[in-house]
Amino acid sequence: MPRPPQINSKPQNFKKSLKRTFSYTRRFYGPLIIAIFLAVITTVITLISPNFVSRITDLISTNLGGTIPLNKIIKTCVIALILYAVSAVLNYIVGFIMVTITNVVSKNLRKDISRKINVLPLSFLDSTTHGEVLSRITNDVDTVSSSLNNSLLSLVTSLLMIVGSLVAMFIKNYILALCAIATSLIGLLFVGLVMKFSQKHFIAQQRALGQLNGHIEEIYAGHNIVKAYNAEDEVKTKFDKINNSLYTSAWKSQFISGMMMPIMNFIGNLSFVIVCVVGGVLFAKGIIPSFGTIAAFIIYTRLFSQPLNQLAQVATQLQSALAASERVFEVLDQEELPAEHATKQITDCKGNVEFSHVRFGYNPDRVIIKDFSAKIKSGQKVAIVGPTGAGKTTLVNLLMRFYEVDSGKICIDGIDTRDLTRENVHDLFSMVLQDTWIYEGSIKDNVIYSKEGVTSQDVVAACKTVGLHHFIKTLPNGYDTILDENTSISAGQKQLLTIARAMLQNSPMLILDEATSSVDTRLELLIQKAMDALTENRTSFIIAHRLSTIKNADLILVMRDGDVVEKGTHAELLSQNGFYAELYNSQFEE
Amino acid sequence: MFQILKRLKAREYCLLVLITGLITLLVWLELEIPSYIEKLTPLIEAKAPSSEIWKIGGKMLLCAFGVLVSSIAMNFCSAKMAAGFSQRLRKDIFYTVEGFSLEQIQKFSTASLITRSTNDVTQIQGFLSMGIHVLIRSPITAIWALCKISSAAWQSSVATAGAVVVLVVTIIIAVSLALPRFKKMQTLTDNINRVTRENLEGVRVVRAYNAEDYEGKKFEKANDALTKNSTFAGRVMSIMNPVMSFINTSLTIVIYWIGSVLISRSPALASQNIIFGQTMAFSSMAMQVVTSFMLLTMVFVMLPRASVSAKRINEILTTPSTIVGGEFNGETEEKGTVEFKNVNFCYPDAEENVLENITFSVKRGQSVAFIGSTGSGKSTLINLIPRFYDISAGQILVDGVDIKDYQLSALRNKIGYISQRAVMFSGSVKDNLIFGDNGKPEPDDDKLDNVLDVACADFVSKMEGQKDAYIAQGGTNVSGGQKQRLSIARGLARDPEILIFDDTFSALDYKTDKKLRSNLKKAYPNTTKLIVAQRIGTIKDCDQIVVLDNGRMVGIGKHKALLKNCDIYREIALSQLSKEEL
Ligand SMILES: Nc1ncnc2c1ncn2[C@@H]1O[C@H](COP(=O)(O)OP(=O)(O)OP(=O)(O)O)[C@@H](O)[C@H]1O
Ligand SMILES: Nc1ncnc2c1ncn2[C@@H]1O[C@H](COP(=O)(O)OP(=O)(O)OP(=O)(O)O)[C@@H](O)[C@H]1O
Ligand SMILES: [Mg+2]
Repeated sequence: MPRPPQINSKPQNFKKSLKRTFSYTRRFYGPLIIAIFLAVITTVITLISPNFVSRITDLISTNLGGTIPLNKIIKTCVIALILYAVSAVLNYIVGFIMVTITNVVSKNLRKDISRKINVLPLSFLDSTTHGEVLSRITNDVDTVSSSLNNSLLSLVTSLLMIVGSLVAMFIKNYILALCAIATSLIGLLFVGLVMKFSQKHFIAQQRALGQLNGHIEEIYAGHNIVKAYNAEDEVKTKFDKINNSLYTSAWKSQFISGMMMPIMNFIGNLSFVIVCVVGGVLFAKGIIPSFGTIAAFIIYTRLFSQPLNQLAQVATQLQSALAASERVFEVLDQEELPAEHATKQITDCKGNVEFSHVRFGYNPDRVIIKDFSAKIKSGQKVAIVGPTGAGKTTLVNLLMRFYEVDSGKICIDGIDTRDLTRENVHDLFSMVLQDTWIYEGSIKDNVIYSKEGVTSQDVVAACKTVGLHHFIKTLPNGYDTILDENTSISAGQKQLLTIARAMLQNSPMLILDEATSSVDTRLELLIQKAMDALTENRTSFIIAHRLSTIKNADLILVMRDGDVVEKGTHAELLSQNGFYAELYNSQFEE
Repeated sequence: MFQILKRLKAREYCLLVLITGLITLLVWLELEIPSYIEKLTPLIEAKAPSSEIWKIGGKMLLCAFGVLVSSIAMNFCSAKMAAGFSQRLRKDIFYTVEGFSLEQIQKFSTASLITRSTNDVTQIQGFLSMGIHVLIRSPITAIWALCKISSAAWQSSVATAGAVVVLVVTIIIAVSLALPRFKKMQTLTDNINRVTRENLEGVRVVRAYNAEDYEGKKFEKANDALTKNSTFAGRVMSIMNPVMSFINTSLTIVIYWIGSVLISRSPALASQNIIFGQTMAFSSMAMQVVTSFMLLTMVFVMLPRASVSAKRINEILTTPSTIVGGEFNGETEEKGTVEFKNVNFCYPDAEENVLENITFSVKRGQSVAFIGSTGSGKSTLINLIPRFYDISAGQILVDGVDIKDYQLSALRNKIGYISQRAVMFSGSVKDNLIFGDNGKPEPDDDKLDNVLDVACADFVSKMEGQKDAYIAQGGTNVSGGQKQRLSIARGLARDPEILIFDDTFSALDYKTDKKLRSNLKKAYPNTTKLIVAQRIGTIKDCDQIVVLDNGRMVGIGKHKALLKNCDIYREIALSQLSKEEL
C-alpha cells in the first residue's frame, strides 16, 4: 500500500528532547531557582549530618572507660534534630514547587498538542488514527509528567550530593576520597552502557502504546460494523500483535534499565569495603588520627552511594520521559498550515464569487479539479451537481481554504482569497458539511456551538425553521437534552441540527454540502420555504444529488471529472438534453 | 486492586514466589553487610592488619555481589511478570469490550473505554513493576532488621518501631487525602480523551466555524480540571518524602543518643565497648529499615492511582455482555427470509417505544424498502435484525428461526449490514473489503473486483495502488459517495443471504444509484434486500414497501398501490416528482 504520509519520526536527539522539555519550565525559572536553592540547603544539611554522628562517636570513643559527656552529646543531638526538621520543611517546599511545575508543564504540553490539532493540515490528520493522537495527549504526557516529577529534582539533588560528599570526603581525607571516586566512575560507565541499550525499548514501548490506542479507538468507534461483520477475531488478532510487541518492549526496557540500581548498589558497597580496608590501613599507620574520621567516612560512603542509586533511578525515569516527550514533540514539530500574509480584509461582503482557472489535486500526481472557472453573482443560489467523486466537495474545500489551489485563483468581491486570512474567509460562510458532527452537550449547545450572544429564542427559531422544534419538544428535557453516545438522534435529525447551527451563524454566504441527503423529502419541502428565505439575497452554494432539492436554483453547475460541463437553470439544462438531463431522467427509467 | 490481582495466573504466581524467594535472599544478604561493619569497626579501631580487614571485607563484597545477582534476577522476574500481566489485562479488556453490545459501549462511553484499555493498565503496570517487589521487600527487611536489633537493646528497637509507626500514619493520612483526587484523575483523563476525539472528528467543522478558540477553551477547561486535580494529589503525596527522610536521619541520631545514655550507665570498659559497637551497627540497620519504608512511599504514591485504575478495569471485566447468542448454528433449510411479528422496541433508558407493532415478512430474493419521515424509526428497525439491540416485545425470525436462538456469529454470517454512516478503518481498500469473517474462505482478488464492479466503485482502479490504496480513518480521503460505495462493496463481499442497506444511496447521484441497483438485481437475484431510502426512484421497483411514521407502519405494499391508498407515501412521492413524472 503506498504509505500515507506518516508522522515524520526521525530519531530525535536525546539531548535536544531534554532541552525542549526543560524549555517548558521557562516561565518558572523563578520558583525553579528557589527550589534548587532550597534543595542545595537541604543537601548541605544532609551532608553535614555525618559530622554530628562523628562528633558523637568521637565524644563517646575518646571517653570510653571514663565519664561520658552526656550533656554535650544531647546538645549535639538536639541541634541535629532541629536542623533535620528544618530540612524536612524545606524539602516539602521544594516538592511542592516541583509538583506544581511539572503539572503545569504537562498541562502546557497537552494544550500545545490540542492547539496543534487545529493548525495542522488536514492531510496530516488523515494520515494518522485519532487514537494515536489521543495517546500522545494522555499516555505520553502522563509518562513525561510522572517521571519528570520525580526525576527533575532528584537529578539536581543527587548531583549536588555527589559533589558535596566528594568535597566533604576530600576535606576529611583525600586518599579515601579518591578510592570512592574511582569505584563510582566504574559505576557511571555501566549506567551509560545500560542506558544506551534500553533507550530504544523505551521508545518502542511508547510507540506500541500509541498504535494500540489507535487500533482500540478505531475499533470501539466502529463497534457496530465489527459486530455486524463478525470481525471480532480479526480485530483481536491485530490487537494481539500490537499488544505482544508492547509486551516485549515493556519488559525489556524495564529489565535493562532496572539493572542500573543493583549495579549502583554494588558499587556503593564496593566503595564501602575499599574505604574500610584503606581506612583501616591508614588508621593503623596513624595517618588518620581519630577513629571518628573513619566512622564519618563510612557514613559518607553510604551518603555517596545513595545519590548514585538515585541517579540510576533518575536515569531510568528520564529515559521513559524522553521517549514519551519525543513523541509529543513529533506532533508539535509537524509542519503547520502555511503562514498567512493577509493584506486585505472583507467586512461588508456582497457575495460575488469568481473561480478562475482553478487547478487542484490532493496529491501532486493526481489532479482533481482541472480548469474550473465560474462567475457567481451576488445573491445567486448556485447548485453544484455531478456524479460522485466529480470534485464538488473539493471545490467547497478550496472555497473555504481548507486546501490551497495549485494554480488559478478564487476571488470574493474581487479579492483573491489568498489575500485574506483563513479566519476571514471562514467568517464569510455558513457551512453545512457532508458528514454531520455532533458533540457531547445539550441540543441547545450543539445548535449554538461557538457563536456568541445567541438567545434561547434564536435557537428555538432556528430549530423551528428546520422543522426540528416539534421533535425536540417531545424529548423529556427538550432543548437541554444531552446528546451523547447514550442518547442519540437519527441521521436525518443530526443533519437538521447542523443546518440549524449554520443558520445561526448568519454569515453573508451559505454552503450546503449534501445537507439534506438523509432528510425525508416531505420535510425538506416544508422547510424549503424557510430555507429560501434564508438564501434570499445571500450567495449560496448547494450541493445535492437529490435533484428535487436544487430544482429552483438560479444557476446549476454540472461537474464531471473536475470540470464544469454544463451550466444553466433546471429548465434550460433539461432542454439542452445533455449530461444533466441524462442524470435527471435516470430516476424514471426502468 | 485485589480483585485485579486475582487475575494473576499460575505462571505469574510462580514468578511471584520466585521474586519473594529472591527478595528474601537479597534482604538476608543485605542485612549481613552491616554485621560485617560491626566486625570491621573494632578491627579498624584495634589497628588490625589489613589482611584481616580484607578477609572480612571480601566476605562482605561477596554478599554484595550476591545482592547484585539476585537483584538482577529478581528484576528480570518482576519485569516479565508486570509486562506479562498487563499484556493479558489489556487483552482481557479488549476481548470483553468486543463482546459488549452497542448499548454497553455507549454506557461506558468510548472515550472512557479507551482510557481504561491503555492508560489505566499502564498505571497498574507501573505499580506492579515498581511496587510489588518493594511491597514484598519492605516488610521482610523491616521485620528481619527489627528482630536483630531487639535481640540487643530494646530501647533502640522501640525507637525504630516508633519511627515506623509515624511513617505508617503519615502514609495513611496522605493516601486517604489523595485517594478521591486520584479517583477523579482517571475520569478527567476520560474527559480529555473525549474532548480531543470530538475535535479530531469535527476538525473541518471547527475550522469552518472559526471555532478553534471555542474548542481550545473546552479543552482548557478539561485540561485545567485535570491539572488542578493532579497538582493537589501530587502536593499531598510529596509530603511523604520529607517525612521519610526526616525520620531516617533523625533515627540515627536518636539511636546514638540512646546508645550514649546506655554507655554512660554502664560501668565497665568492656561492656561499654560492646554497646558502642552495637550502637553503630544498629544505626546502620535501623537506617535499612527506614530506607525500606522510604521505598514504600514510592509504592504509596502509586498505589492510590493504580487501585482506582484497577477498579475501573474491573468494572469492564465483570460486566457480562447483555446480548448473548443462542445455541443454534444457523443451518436452516429456509434461506433468506425475514419476518417481524408484532415487534415493539424501546431504546434503553427511553420512556416511549420507538417502534410499535411492526409486522411484515420477506421471502428469499425479495427486496423490501422502508421509507418514512426523518426519525420515524427506519434505522432502528433495521438495526434490530443483526441484534444490535434486543426487542421489547414480539419476535423477529430469520430463515424461520427466532434471532435470539442463533449463535450471534451464525446470525450475522447471514447478514450483510451496510450502515447509514459509512464506517471505514484506516488501512488499504482491500483490508476494508475483506473486513470480518463470514464463515467462508476469504474472498480472492477476482471476487473483490467483482463486488467493486457491482458497487460501481470503479474509482478504485484510478486510485494510487488500486486495491492497495490507503484509506484514512473514517474514510476522510475519499468523497462521500465513494465511501458509501466502498461500504456497499464490503457488505457484498460477505456474500450474505440478506443484505441490509440503511440509506446507503443518499450520497450517490441518480445515475450511479440506478446502475448500482440494476447491478445488484443482476448479480444477487437470490439475495434478500432490505433497503432504507429517501428517494422514491430508488425504491419504487421493490417487491414491498413499508411506510413508517412515528414508529408505526402506516402502509405496506407496492409502489402503485401505496400511491393510491397511503397518504404519507403519496406525499413523499409528490415532494420529489411532479404528478406527470409519477
Ligand atoms: N482528503 C482527500 N485526499 C485525497 N483525495 C481525496 C480527498 N478527498 C477527496 N479526494 C478525492 O478527490 C475526488 C473528488 O472528491 P470530492 O469529495 O470532491 O467528490 P464529490 O464530488 O464531492 O463526491 P460526492 O458526491 O461523492 O461527495 C475523489 O476522487 C476523491 O477520492
Ligand atoms: N441510541 C438512541 N437512543 C435513544 N433514542 C434514539 C437512539 N437512536 C435514535 N433514537 C431516536 O429514535 C427515533 C428513530 O430513530 P432512527 O434513527 O431509527 O430514525 P430514522 O428513521 O432512521 O431516521 P433518518 O431518516 O433520519 O435516518 C428518533 O426519534 C431518534 O431520536
Ligand atoms: Mg436512519
